[in-house]
Amino acid sequence: MIPTSFDYKKANSVEEALSMLGDDTQILGGGHSLIPALKLRLNSPGTLVDISKISSIKEISDGGDSIAIGGGATHASIANDKSLDQYCPMMGQAAREIGDIQVRNVGTIGGSIAHADPAADWPAILLAADARIVVQNKNGSREIAADQFFKGFFETALEEGEIITAIHIPKSQKNSNSCYVKFKQPASRFAIVGVAAAVEMDGSVVKSARLGLTGVGEFAYRATAIENALTGKPLNETTINEVVQNATENTNVMSDHFASEKYRAHLANVYLKRALRKLG
Amino acid sequence: MANKISINVNGKMHTGAIEARKLLSDYLREDLSLTGTHIGCDTSSCGACTIHLDGKAVKSCTILAVQADGCSVTTVEGLATNGELHPIQEGFKEEHGLQCGFCTPGMMMTATDLLKSNPNPSEQEIRDALEGNFCRCTGYHNIVKSIQYAAKKMA
Ligand SMILES: Cc1cc2nc3c(=O)[nH]c(=O)nc-3n(C[C@H](O)[C@H](O)[C@H](O)COP(=O)(O)OP(=O)(O)OC[C@H]3O[C@@H](n4cnc5c(N)ncnc54)[C@H](O)[C@@H]3O)c2cc1C
Ligand code: FES
Ligand code: FES
Repeated sequence: MIPTSFDYKKANSVEEALSMLGDDTQILGGGHSLIPALKLRLNSPGTLVDISKISSIKEISDGGDSIAIGGGATHASIANDKSLDQYCPMMGQAAREIGDIQVRNVGTIGGSIAHADPAADWPAILLAADARIVVQNKNGSREIAADQFFKGFFETALEEGEIITAIHIPKSQKNSNSCYVKFKQPASRFAIVGVAAAVEMDGSVVKSARLGLTGVGEFAYRATAIENALTGKPLNETTINEVVQNATENTNVMSDHFASEKYRAHLANVYLKRALRKLG
Repeated sequence: MANKISINVNGKMHTGAIEARKLLSDYLREDLSLTGTHIGCDTSSCGACTIHLDGKAVKSCTILAVQADGCSVTTVEGLATNGELHPIQEGFKEEHGLQCGFCTPGMMMTATDLLKSNPNPSEQEIRDALEGNFCRCTGYHNIVKSIQYAAKKMA
């Protein structure tokens, strides 16, 4: 399959990339969502601005109270990062389950969240992690909380001409006690249901929790009613069964030939329980 | 618009001007006549087109050739040295790791990437690493044995 013709510009820095962006241009990250779409001619931009060679946005570094992941960091580099395994284990767990080795070697976290596929893994994790997303545009940069970033079906708070340069993962108590579990589509490994859970304990009871779900609705969301219901309770089987009842409340549950609406809603509860059991 | 590229493929420099929309898999097969890289699904799923880009296994049907400008590429043709089979090639021969052979180049490229980062993988680790490579003939059993053969030989 051959895409329609386009021009190609390789950027060596974020500033250069921003100067190349304009009418009828599109950012090329790892290309593992965009190139398949170009091949199917679902998309036909005039010019691609390749940001995948900009080394400054590929790194993962210690930012003091948070870990800073470059927007161009590949899933594989996140999977192999020891500091994330220590401060936020759900990151590595998710990264190691994205697609396959070849996909992880090329696809990036920035590309994934910009694309905002409803079945992508990162959105659930960034919600649970209370991540901050740093974007750069021609006028400077701004930070967007993960809670404000995912807006709808393939829709985000990102504006035209903005590049995701970093994602900050707080080194919080919650993130150090976190996990990600998913029920995968067997061919693509995308999430039919994916649950990211981060729970802070106060002795034997839950101090606070953040729970992100993906694959279920039109975009990733937090199960806030369940987060609240968990607070102050011991994290045991009784609590989990009592509290995790309706993880899809207020969500328009998707349905496709892999999983019906009813089955997906059921799986959301099952996987949420599994995630919490791992942290109890 | 033609884009100038210069790519090191299997140790040899290739320069040329190509269309931006040309896929790396098509560039290797059509422009360089390196037809060992197979195109199976052409939709990023089957792994038959797997090559190494700067040492890492990638699906060449999902990379633009212009993106490989300045990079080094290894294809299945680059595995053997001076006519001597690479241990992974020897493994597939000795352990009957192929039937029709369509998936084999991609299998070998993923396997050599795995053995670089994990020289002594368990059977489960080998099976996990082959997640992105489909074989419609062998049932994978002998492919796993072929990779174990190579791991032993390279140890
Ligand atoms: C076979 C296969 C299996 C997969 N399995 C999974 C899976 O299990 N789970 C999962 O979550 N994903 C999966 N993916 C998707 C994969 O993770 C992609 O890498 C990811 O969705 C897109 O990242 P990219 O860097 O390739 O972005 P691209 O494809 O380059 O870009 C995607 C979109 O984001 C924009 N963009 C890219 N980078 C930036 C940036 N830094 N700032 C602003 N905009 C940007 C582009 O303009 C484009 O609109 C799979 C993909 C394939 C091909
Ligand atoms: S041809 Fe590239 S993955 Fe199938
Ligand atoms: S040997 Fe035929 S597809 Fe693998």
